[in-house]
Amino acid sequence: MASLGNSAISTPAAQALYRRRRRSNGILLTLSFAATIFGLLWLALILIALFYQGFSGLSLSIFTEMTPPPGEAGGLLNAIIGSLIMTIAGVAIGTPIGILAGTYMAEYGRHNQLTNVVRFINDILLAAPSIVIGLFVYEVVVAPMGHFSAIAGSLALAILVIPVVVRTTEDMLNLVPNTLREASAALGLPRAVMIRQVAYRAALSGIVTGVLLAIARVSGETAPLLFTALNNQFWSVDPNAPMSSLPVTIFQFALSPYPEWQKLAWSGALLITIAVLALNIIARTFLSPRTSK
Amino acid sequence: MTGLRSAGVDSTKLKRMGRLRAGDLLFNWVTFAAALTVLLLLGGVIVSLIYGSIPAFQTFGLDFLTTQSWNPVTEKFGALAPIYGTVVTSIIALLIAVPVGIGISIFLTELCPPWLKRPIGVAIELLAGIPSIIYGIWGLFVFAPFFQATVQPFLIDVFAPIPVLNSIFAGPPYGIGVLTAGIILAIMVLPFITSITRDVFDTVPPVLKEATYGLGCTTAEVVTKVVLPYSRVGVIGGVMLGLGRALGETMAVTFVIGNAHKISASILSPGTTISASIANEFTEAVGDLYTSSLIALGLILFVITFIVLAAARIMLARMNTKAGN
Repeated sequence: MASLGNSAISTPAAQALYRRRRRSNGILLTLSFAATIFGLLWLALILIALFYQGFSGLSLSIFTEMTPPPGEAGGLLNAIIGSLIMTIAGVAIGTPIGILAGTYMAEYGRHNQLTNVVRFINDILLAAPSIVIGLFVYEVVVAPMGHFSAIAGSLALAILVIPVVVRTTEDMLNLVPNTLREASAALGLPRAVMIRQVAYRAALSGIVTGVLLAIARVSGETAPLLFTALNNQFWSVDPNAPMSSLPVTIFQFALSPYPEWQKLAWSGALLITIAVLALNIIARTFLSPRTSK
Repeated sequence: MTGLRSAGVDSTKLKRMGRLRAGDLLFNWVTFAAALTVLLLLGGVIVSLIYGSIPAFQTFGLDFLTTQSWNPVTEKFGALAPIYGTVVTSIIALLIAVPVGIGISIFLTELCPPWLKRPIGVAIELLAGIPSIIYGIWGLFVFAPFFQATVQPFLIDVFAPIPVLNSIFAGPPYGIGVLTAGIILAIMVLPFITSITRDVFDTVPPVLKEATYGLGCTTAEVVTKVVLPYSRVGVIGGVMLGLGRALGETMAVTFVIGNAHKISASILSPGTTISASIANEFTEAVGDLYTSSLIALGLILFVITFIVLAAARIMLARMNTKAGN
């Protein structure tokens, strides 16, 4: 206020203007602070509810027993194993395709039109509704085969993995300094050898991060599994038969009227969240030493 | 080649070089094929959805888009109720998430002490990583009962005497419903919108902001007169990206919307969205026409999200070229 003592702005009109500006500034800053608290509040509320409800049902039997019929105690073993199998299969199918496509975009076709088109389409696929991917796999795999299967579920997850891996692979290869490529060329290395021996090594941590983020993304996906892998109340590792998975089991159990099932749904939800958050944190620490300079 | 020969390169070395060259070509082709796979996937999705929805469109024609009835017994299907639900829940979600997201971005870029920036940024991104089914189960068991007991009766009472609003907030309080689904969606898209608007705000050249501060402007004036106008296109792009998520989100909505194929004036009553209808009914759909109608719903959803996402990408790309200059 002392600075206002200067005569040029001490007229009443100028002081009123100054007060108004200060007030609107205060309002905007308060609102943005409130918005931040509001946003973080939801994260806290969801995590608290999840840990509170999930931990109370967590016991060893979750990992050793099968999903029970209504009204009985049981575990989630077949769902956990089913999720692991389909996630691993999906990542195993999707990752090589994604890395190779990203390699083309960053190394061979960095400046051509095809790369621009693929990047655009890939970004669309990245955010496309996953339930539509489920419908696609249903029509292409499930309907011709005549039955639901773990293969179809894995393929649906693979289609979700590809865009994530393409995106990170291209971005990370673009960060590799061109001097490394030129030095390899000067040594007489063919381009393919340069990419595999030099570029991939330089971009390794970034590419691994992309794969980890892709795993985190698909391990919680429910919609694309609903009508591809369906669900299975029993132990099954047959890839040609319907397979249980954690997200679909949570969906089914949470919407059921049985308290035992609802409890298992909470425990399953806690397991998925812990796995996804852990993958995200690992991915971040993996990446940080390299790219954050 | 003459140089090589004179240097005494024997035929095995030449052969090895030939192999390397062949390997180089092969690798080029393999990566090219993988890049094409991405295009083929999107093409395959579109073609298969169109193919699958042919019976529905042949039977109902374009009336499919404008009729509300959804009757598996008489096999009369119309997409209006799910389309309406999808649009309304997404609008509610954006009405909440856009101001909050922009507020958080303003806090992060203009106000936040540097040591707090990273933890809050990471927390927001973790919120984005939580699978949608978690939001769904939380919405169903925790949020909906709370909403039913407190907020909904309050809304019904407050708006009861006001003419138009009393039909929008008409009871009874079910807990689940269109508004609940919209709020859960808002929580889901908030991190996406926040992280993009924050990145876009960061592209504003510091010189511009410093010059404005130098003129004696307040933080609010810097934000509304410099940061927001400069980054407008990017913010709109981020909002569209959030809209794309909200339109296609399945599990978070399916749990709390109530799956009722009708259009109600009240946003407190149950409804349905395109993705919730597909998730709830697809495996139980009997008969080709029922299945085909659900696939047609999927096609409509895909077309809508494709347009929204494409527009978002074009806007964000324009923002990036601007930042590049």
